Amino acid sequence: MLRYIARRILIMIPTLLITSALIFTVMQLPPSDYFETYVAEMAAQGEKADMSRVEFLKKEYGFDKPLIERYFLWVTGFVRGDFGYSFEYEMPVSDVVGERLALTVLVSFCTILMTWIVAFPIGIYSATHQYSWADYGLTFIGLLGIAVPHFLLALIFMYFANVWFGLSIGGLMDPIYFNQPWNWAKVQSVLAHLWIPVLIIGAGGTGSMVRAIRANLLDELQKQYYVTAKAKGLPPGKALVKYPLRMSLNFFVSHIGDVLPSIVSGSELTAVVLSLQTTGPLLLRALQSQDMYLAGSFLLFLSCLTVVGVLISDILLGFLDPRIRLQGGRTK
Amino acid sequence: MNQPVSLPPSGAPLSHFIAEGVFDPHQADKLTKAQERVYLASQLTLMWWKFRKHRLAVISGVFLMVLYASILISEFLAPYNYQSRHTDFIRTPPQSVHLFHDGRFVGPFTYGLTSTLDMNNLKRNYSENTQQIFPIRFFCRGDGYRFWGMFEGDLHLVCPGEGGTMFLLGTDRLGRDMLSRIIYGARISLTIGLIGISVSFALGIVIGGLAGYYGGLFDLLVQRTIEVVQSLPTIPLWLALSAIMPPSWSPILVYFGITVILGLMDWTGLARAVRSKLLSLREDDYVVAAQLMGAGTPRVVFRHLVPGFMSHLIASATIAIPSMILGETALSFLGLGLRPPITSWGVMLNEAQNINIVVLYPWLILPVVPVIAVILAFNFLGDGLRDAADPYR
Repeated sequence: MLRYIARRILIMIPTLLITSALIFTVMQLPPSDYFETYVAEMAAQGEKADMSRVEFLKKEYGFDKPLIERYFLWVTGFVRGDFGYSFEYEMPVSDVVGERLALTVLVSFCTILMTWIVAFPIGIYSATHQYSWADYGLTFIGLLGIAVPHFLLALIFMYFANVWFGLSIGGLMDPIYFNQPWNWAKVQSVLAHLWIPVLIIGAGGTGSMVRAIRANLLDELQKQYYVTAKAKGLPPGKALVKYPLRMSLNFFVSHIGDVLPSIVSGSELTAVVLSLQTTGPLLLRALQSQDMYLAGSFLLFLSCLTVVGVLISDILLGFLDPRIRLQGGRTK
Repeated sequence: MNQPVSLPPSGAPLSHFIAEGVFDPHQADKLTKAQERVYLASQLTLMWWKFRKHRLAVISGVFLMVLYASILISEFLAPYNYQSRHTDFIRTPPQSVHLFHDGRFVGPFTYGLTSTLDMNNLKRNYSENTQQIFPIRFFCRGDGYRFWGMFEGDLHLVCPGEGGTMFLLGTDRLGRDMLSRIIYGARISLTIGLIGISVSFALGIVIGGLAGYYGGLFDLLVQRTIEVVQSLPTIPLWLALSAIMPPSWSPILVYFGITVILGLMDWTGLARAVRSKLLSLREDDYVVAAQLMGAGTPRVVFRHLVPGFMSHLIASATIAIPSMILGETALSFLGLGLRPPITSWGVMLNEAQNINIVVLYPWLILPVVPVIAVILAFNFLGDGLRDAADPYR
């Protein structure tokens, strides 16, 4: 088992390296950089930009050096805990990102939890009651969850919350608590706001999860070991829990690796619509102003989040299924 | 010959019997007419028969075909030009079509509108003026347009009555008719999915095909790349890629830029499918035969191997189209995608970003309806196609 985990972590390193190189390339692609945008903006306002400051920043962050060197500076800085400097906010990226990143992780984690809690029983019910009305209904709702994009769902949700209940449901906490130290009141405020974004972001993932569990369990239910178990007189509930359910549990854990990227990217968009205090709105702003270190660090953080999430699901899978840890590699 | 023969008593010799009919050695395994049709049917015909049984998929297919046909003649179908502004009717709520006036049948008509300005919140309120009746005209001359940007024209399927208005889905902040804009927007929103999927299709087949056929180091490299690209959260990356398109690009160039971006992120799934299919097929006898006859790699892959699972690929591509349409909608919604003068459903939704505006003018989120309908239809159609293309079901 240890060997399996070690191998999985080793595979992760080149993945992250390629990802970071990719993101760095994307960040370098724009024909102009932040400084040019900044100088042009200043000129448009009729002011003269402080060229000495621009020169200093350019030198400090190695903009005069070749690309490869800058990439290494950036990546090694990541390992040291120096995430670069946000030119727009004029402070280190880690200070800007701070709490937002933690909140992004919190939202994503709760979403996965909700996906599991909701999708599991529904999937089992749909599979065991195949072609019943409830099955059709649940399948249709699940399909709707997949089809309706997160941000539109957020918009519709906000509209009806406002019209029917007179609530405004934006934000992840009352604004007064943001950037304040954590205390009980703040936790309460976050908990009170959390369920709406979690519900919205989780809708798509839950839908596809239900579909997948249903299909998987239906395959298992036709296998001979289950028929044998039932023929030997095991009560249906016990037969179900003891055999097919355990088999589909594998898949249940591994599927999270597929759902996670869509959860993370969905939460970004939803965050913009609901103005959550997560990374979404900030990322959008950073991309618009070409604040490259901030945007790049965000993208890399988000990718790390998915890669680590997939790693955890793979390790869990290794515990569940001995075939995988003996062979190495994923199920697919 | 089928006469019942009474059995002789036990022990007695059997009487000699000769069948009088013509002997047909294949009589036992002869096919009925219906069976014969199935055995002689081509692959495509078989798929069509299976597909026809999926009622929902067929309905979705017809629905999508109608929509795609409509983008050929958007200018004719829309009652107004999508750019014409009606400054007297800003943010009008949807108008209803009436048939009866004072209990008398008049045919379809709209009432006139009078607007008052609410001085408390500076909101314009519109009320129907039941004195004015504007019968709706059909096949009529209305707003001028350039058909596909080339020919001048002004013929419409329906127009408001002379001097009247007909905003069936309301108007936006510049007084432009929402219904007309949704009809025009379909042209961009629907084609972006098709072009995007063509890009990803081409990439997927070429990369997956080469990886599957050559194997070895190239395959390993492609495999790892696919894993990396699939682990990236798509939407933030889309945002980043579309943010780097220079603002000086013309809207048409941006449109093609976006399709390429959407395609660039989406090819991995197809490449994987192609690769695994090729791996299983490349050892087959007919491939060896082709190689022995001197066919080069591209010929073997694209002439002999790819057609074998093309139908399957098309089905999976159909399922990928909705994510492209959604991608464009999301990008434009955030203001990073297409920009006005081009109109797509996402660009229209951009106006509905602010919840306060949506609460006051709820008809601004109506473009959500076609987006969801199209996505659902593509999902159903894709499911049906996939089942039909699968020979083992």
